[in-house]
Amino acid sequence: MYTKDGTSYFVVDSHVALWDGSPQNQANRYGKGFIECFYDYHRNLSPKEWLWPLDKFEKYSEADLIHDLFETGHVDRAIFQPAYLSDFYTTGFHQRERALALTREHADKLVLNDAWDPRDREAGLDRLEELAAVDGGLKGVKLYTAEWRGDSKGYKLTDEWSYRYLAKCEELGIRNIHIHKGPTVYPLNRDAFDVADVDDVASAFPNLNFVVEHVGLPRLEDFCWIATQEPNVYGGLAVAIPLMHTRPRYFAQIIGELLYWLDEDRILFGSDYAIWHPKWLVEQFVDFQIPEDMRSEYGELTTTVKRKILGLNAARLYDLQVPAELSLPAAEVVA
Amino acid sequence: MTTVTRPPDRTRTGVEERVWAALGTVRDPELDQPITALCFVTEAVVRDHGPAGSAVLVRLRLPTYFCAPNFAFLMVADAHDAVRAVPGVTAVEIRLEDHFAADEINAGVAAQGGFAGTFPQLAGGELAELRLAFLRKAHLACLERACRRLRQDGWQVEDLTRARLSDLPASPERDSLLRRRADLGLPTDHDAPLVVHDDGTPVSADDLPARLRFARAVRVSVDGNATMCRGLLETRYGVPAADEHGTDGASAAPSPDEEDAR
Repeated sequence: MYTKDGTSYFVVDSHVALWDGSPQNQANRYGKGFIECFYDYHRNLSPKEWLWPLDKFEKYSEADLIHDLFETGHVDRAIFQPAYLSDFYTTGFHQRERALALTREHADKLVLNDAWDPRDREAGLDRLEELAAVDGGLKGVKLYTAEWRGDSKGYKLTDEWSYRYLAKCEELGIRNIHIHKGPTVYPLNRDAFDVADVDDVASAFPNLNFVVEHVGLPRLEDFCWIATQEPNVYGGLAVAIPLMHTRPRYFAQIIGELLYWLDEDRILFGSDYAIWHPKWLVEQFVDFQIPEDMRSEYGELTTTVKRKILGLNAARLYDLQVPAELSLPAAEVVA
Repeated sequence: MTTVTRPPDRTRTGVEERVWAALGTVRDPELDQPITALCFVTEAVVRDHGPAGSAVLVRLRLPTYFCAPNFAFLMVADAHDAVRAVPGVTAVEIRLEDHFAADEINAGVAAQGGFAGTFPQLAGGELAELRLAFLRKAHLACLERACRRLRQDGWQVEDLTRARLSDLPASPERDSLLRRRADLGLPTDHDAPLVVHDDGTPVSADDLPARLRFARAVRVSVDGNATMCRGLLETRYGVPAADEHGTDGASAAPSPDEEDAR
């Protein structure tokens, strides 16, 4: 929880990770390139007092995560969004066993999502059923469509097997489908960041929620275009929100576009921890306002909008209990 | 870390000057800016003078190791074609560095095998469709900037359906819009309607607000991506990527079209 100027915010960090990108776990040059790319995002967009040395960034501890999110970061609940990257990292980038143990230890704070990959076909469907039986079931999955798998450099949500997995999610009550687009997909000559496939599956599965991570960046416009038509499409702010520190005017335009094309009920806060620390993100977002000369186009960010984005929207998707004093009056809650 | 070895202008040979100028016509399709202004070119030198002409080496770098391989290929291939067309240049090597698919792309462009030839198991075809999609985005972003310019000059939104290209005052916005229209084969004559669909047909009054709203989202997206990419390049290589043209989006008015404003 974070309190500023008499307003208290229930904070749900909808995008955190416990990864191991250390040299010992890198399977090849791609693993090295991947964590270095993450580190450049961290260095480029973090205030300098929040910079970590590379070795800590490559592999941090459970204690770091608990401390940074819940003791100093104002976060009430955090959701693990796994990226396995099994072709790049020997034991996987996402450290599932460690994250599972930590989630069991802090069940009142952490939510553990998992992942599936349509290229696993029948075996992956069986695994998904097993996962859904662990600890009261899965509430969400994270899909990285650019994940490499041997000779394959990615997949689409409209692939035949993707539909079978989505149908399985519906059957198992896994309602939140987080989608992260990356630079590769099959076929490579198409735009890998295109979100048209999300449009198709959002129509086909109206009972599932599709959270497009990084609000579709670098295809913000395409994401906005589909989200305005599909009420079950949401935007995760991870990667976009740190721009408010170095590029506040661009961030103002991004959040302004999102509020126009979607609405305040479909935007979710995410730090992408450990790329960014939630403490400064939460504090700066609460302080953030659309610059005065841009308000005729984009309006203002109210505390109600900020409370929804910082936590209440994700709490709704994940059935997280919000203390009464941190909830909105009934009149302001989306049906 | 790679250091910038672009020589100061005074030390360039005539051929090198022409090569740099040619590279300035190559654009990042996603960011719609020249690869020279983006600091993607680290070196362009004559390696060898033969009786028939010069052999040129160009080194390129990108903001991340995992930049999309199709766009990377387009920039390497376009750089190759642009430099090869420079008078006096008889051989070209374009060397993309520090990228996961650099070896495949460099070899594929050198062999002139096309994208599908470079990634035989992974590509479903060439990149013409991708290029067209991003030319359309670039046009739409420029159209938004042009309309914003007219709005600042006092035009009402509903009057923009009647606006002609001749209504746009001489300005960076006008120059960049005309260039993107020419890229797409859209009319560039003075009487041509300003606000058009992707195929060049005029936008009706009914469709105008939606067209402009989407154009604004495209412009915000393109500008935001350029900001992100410049920052990542700067971080990756430890050099200011803002170069002499100025790119501080945080303090500048929205949507400066940097390279056209020079």
